Amino acid sequence: MIRSGVVHIVLFFVYVLVQVILLKNLVLFDFAFCFLYVAFILLLPFELSTTLTLLVGFLLGFTIDIFYSSLGIHAFATVLMSYLRNYWLSVITPQGGYDVGNSPTMAANGVQWFLVYAIPLVFIHHFVLFFLEASGFDMFWFTLLKIISSLLFTLTVIVFLQLLVPQRRKI
Amino acid sequence: MERLLKFIYEYRAFFTFLFLELTCAWLIIENNRFQSSTYFNSSNRMAASVLGFSQGVREYFSLRTINRDLAEENAILRTALEQRNQRIFADQIPELKDPLIRNRFEYIDAKVVSNSTQFYKNYITVDKGELDGIKPGMAAISPLGAVGKVKSVSDHFSVLISLLHTDQMVSCIVKQKDYFGTAQWDGADMRFTNLRYIPRHANPSVGDTVVTSGYNSIFPKGVLVGVIHSATLNEESPFWNIQVALAQDFSKLSFVELVKSNLKSERDSLERVTISEIR
Repeated sequence: MIRSGVVHIVLFFVYVLVQVILLKNLVLFDFAFCFLYVAFILLLPFELSTTLTLLVGFLLGFTIDIFYSSLGIHAFATVLMSYLRNYWLSVITPQGGYDVGNSPTMAANGVQWFLVYAIPLVFIHHFVLFFLEASGFDMFWFTLLKIISSLLFTLTVIVFLQLLVPQRRKI
Repeated sequence: MERLLKFIYEYRAFFTFLFLELTCAWLIIENNRFQSSTYFNSSNRMAASVLGFSQGVREYFSLRTINRDLAEENAILRTALEQRNQRIFADQIPELKDPLIRNRFEYIDAKVVSNSTQFYKNYITVDKGELDGIKPGMAAISPLGAVGKVKSVSDHFSVLISLLHTDQMVSCIVKQKDYFGTAQWDGADMRFTNLRYIPRHANPSVGDTVVTSGYNSIFPKGVLVGVIHSATLNEESPFWNIQVALAQDFSKLSFVELVKSNLKSERDSLERVTISEIR
């Protein structure tokens, strides 16, 4: 348990650094963004309580906000996503339940399950994020284009990373 | 009381959620107020140094363009200086006698640490702060044109509101025609901004230069904003729809100059007195 905690703290900094150094500069066609840091929330262990997930989500979003000069926007979206995560997890429990001490990864539960798990959550995150940033529905279709393209970009990167990075042993 | 505590404990996740979201909402509203000095943004020293590293790597790849732009600017400035010197010797311009008028604007150069162009509200972080004499509300220009306005400062860094920010308005005039309007970005294309409130009877044409008017005492008069790219007039609308191609390519911004307006407070207080008398 302690080891898992340490690993996650290190991962937190890795996600933040990759996001603000690399992915902040990587925007395809000026409208497809990659917010890889949401994967940190997605891949937190099952048994983490909702309250703790919320706090982690807030801290992560807030840190990202500092670097994006957009105080509160990323934090808002990430907290909302963290709140819905545990409900969504209990809704889509596969037969036989989840393995204790595991994380909702692709390797553990399969690609199809993972996509069902990730797509709605990432969509909600991006939806809230971009409309808060646009502060209204003035540019509805353009914002929606940004949301959909960013959703595809983020998901692709998350899936590829899980395929590339060898699965960690249970910790 | 016990039941109340029990109730709160039972729904602690929901209450935490509510509390955090309200905190975020408060932060967003607070941050949207212009020219506040907040600590938690990219003028924070640690954040700025990480972003500075990232910008440093990116800048390395555009050194050639930066050099060329700076050399061009040097040439333009040298010509302007020469012309001015000749004018001073040839005919004594009265305004030059007052040193306060002469030194109305001071320029502080700064390096861009972080910049974005893809959001609706874009900010630029630069590596000069309060200790270098920068205050919220100062204008930022680049060799090529207007860039933005200082939003918040820390000791060593400051955050600018880019012209590419949907709430940022800059008072402009169409140079050849002298009609004035307001430049405001619509959030769509980083190459163009919109010039609003140009009245129907004006006759702007494609290719006209748009410069800052100097009416709001932040920007000096005559800083280039861009060139009119398209101008259309709807049947019912009282104003022209004008698209201005920005002079500064914001995706390649690496150096800016911050403009300190020494007579701003004098002018603002005079205008405030006048307004309060009218009321």
